[in-house]
Amino acid sequence: MNYLPNILFAVALIIGLGYFIRNIKKLIRNIKLGQDIDVSDNKSQRWKNMAMIALGQSKMVRRPIAGLFHVIVYVGFIVINIEVLEIIIDGLFGTHRIFSGIGTIYGLLIGIFEVLAILVLIAVIVFWIRRMIIRVPRFWSKEMTKWPKNDALNILYFEMVLMSLFLIMNATDVSFQEMASGNIISQYIAPWFSNLPETTVHLIERTAWWVHILGILVFLNYLYFSKHLHILLAFPNTYYGSLKPKGEFNNLEAVTKEVMLMMDPNADPFAAPAEGEVDEEPAKFGASDVQDLNWVQLLNAYTCTECGRCTSECPANLTGKKLSPRKIMMDTRDRLEEVGKNIDANKGEFKDDGKQLLDDYISREELWACTSCNACVEACPVSINPLSIILEMRRYLVMEQSAAPNELNMMMTNIENNGAPWPYNQMDRLNWKNE
Amino acid sequence: MSEAIKIPTMAQFMAEGKQPEVLFWVGCAGSFDDRAKKITKAFVKLLNKANVEFAVLGTEESCTGDPAKRSGNEFLFQMQAVTNIEVLNAYEIKKIVTACPHCFNTLKNEYPSLGGNYEVMHHTQFLKSLLDDGRLTIAGGKFKGKRITFHDPCYLGRANNVYEAPRELIQKLEAELVEMKNCKRNGLCCGAGGAQMFKEPEKGSKDINIERTEQALEVKPEIIAAGCPFCNTMMTDGIKVKEKENDVAVMDIAELIANAQDL
Repeated sequence: MNYLPNILFAVALIIGLGYFIRNIKKLIRNIKLGQDIDVSDNKSQRWKNMAMIALGQSKMVRRPIAGLFHVIVYVGFIVINIEVLEIIIDGLFGTHRIFSGIGTIYGLLIGIFEVLAILVLIAVIVFWIRRMIIRVPRFWSKEMTKWPKNDALNILYFEMVLMSLFLIMNATDVSFQEMASGNIISQYIAPWFSNLPETTVHLIERTAWWVHILGILVFLNYLYFSKHLHILLAFPNTYYGSLKPKGEFNNLEAVTKEVMLMMDPNADPFAAPAEGEVDEEPAKFGASDVQDLNWVQLLNAYTCTECGRCTSECPANLTGKKLSPRKIMMDTRDRLEEVGKNIDANKGEFKDDGKQLLDDYISREELWACTSCNACVEACPVSINPLSIILEMRRYLVMEQSAAPNELNMMMTNIENNGAPWPYNQMDRLNWKNE
Repeated sequence: MSEAIKIPTMAQFMAEGKQPEVLFWVGCAGSFDDRAKKITKAFVKLLNKANVEFAVLGTEESCTGDPAKRSGNEFLFQMQAVTNIEVLNAYEIKKIVTACPHCFNTLKNEYPSLGGNYEVMHHTQFLKSLLDDGRLTIAGGKFKGKRITFHDPCYLGRANNVYEAPRELIQKLEAELVEMKNCKRNGLCCGAGGAQMFKEPEKGSKDINIERTEQALEVKPEIIAAGCPFCNTMMTDGIKVKEKENDVAVMDIAELIANAQDL
């Protein structure tokens, strides 16, 4: 009977981790629905980017207030999780603070955890105040109602509760308090419980311990359903982020093939395919749905934590247009999730649901409002590129549907006919010389 | 005036069996837009002054394809690119300078994978290099002590991380360089990029060029310096809407330098 808590703990751990792994597999499968893209180049630069941008938070701190508090929560998250290791061992083997035997270092570590815990608690409260009292505008845009809003608050409440439980757990741990080493913060909380009977204090300690670790497991599994996935995906996302100058848009290879064929005077457009050449289905140009995007773009979508820095820098959004780069990312993720669920429901195969990313999620009006200025790309603290998705969708509209706004069609006709976006004769190109 | 400036074409160089030091890619705006033509001429005067052996393609130049590409018409872009690359490679062009950040970005970044490999410079970078080599001197002249703010073109700044060359040139004019609240990597777009130049904006509460003009007017400049013919148009329009055209001039950096020396 003594082993009951250990068994319960092991079961909780297995269920918690098992469900998490299951969802992560689903996540990876969904990301792999995207088109292939070669990102195997320049590994050293990629590691460096990950170290600087994700690990080093270099772009977060460009906005100093949000940046500072985010660094606190981030460091707290990583460091305090070392304590989870001890909790897991204690839970599985019925020990109590198994590492406490290592002496002063233990006190030092727990001391650091406690300081971080209180700092994280403060930071999370600051975040809540920014969101709910100060109402920083980017948290109150159109796309931030319902689930996105609740999701953000859930995360803050989760963190508040977990940090409080950690401190209460330490404060009510009589033997730990007697050690008088490492209880930097909890020694001030312990007196709150001093009038209670010993058994009650012990019960509170056990409850806090259990709710804390179960809370962590629940939070871990909440990630997949939440924008909070960024705590994991920021790392691969910054690794796979573009290394090219921001102004460089990719040249579509399928188009290059056709253009080269058109330019080749010896090419026979009616030639039968060469022996052994597979008659490929012509590639679809651009993107109308998530499967047309590449997998890095889909990873981008899952990584987005809806901070809205992109949208707050977007010239179109700043001047009241519908376009919001954050919404582009959220729509891509939501559609990808919908496609994933469709695949789950149809035994591993996607069944046409009559919907797509274009029009059902992202409107043409949004796409045509973009100035391609790269402000959103520059603003993103985790190397997400909303612009590349906008461009792919414009490509679909223009090359598959001929659905550009009329003025742009006129501009393109001019380029085609006379090599300039305006209707001037190419032969007049040097007339300025004599004017 | 026209006899004062020399503008040889690549065809002329070829006929003489010579190679110019650099090809000046004029661009569509620089060739056809009345306002931008003045920038073109100012830059040519500076090239003449510095004794740079340059050439233009003239009637052999064609749109780089930038607005087509950014509209989503990859076909048209690549047709333009491949055609231009054929011309450029036939003339064995090694180095290109352009006063248009859109041409600059496209030639520099998007032509190489299609077979066009050149050293491409924005005219502010090129002027800076002439200055550094002692081939060009810049004097403040009438701009000495003037309050000048620089509007970063997206395709020069964020797109290609060129922030300093234009600013160093302005400082050489002994002018007072003042920065807008959004500058350098946080610079706000003028509203023309991504082919917006050629269409009406989507419905909103304000035009982007007005927003940017307001940011510029906040720092009370006498001159808004630009480095892009499209930004120039957008900011000039913004200044007109704000009825400030008598107080604030929008000028390209090449014009500032040329005018300072009464070229």
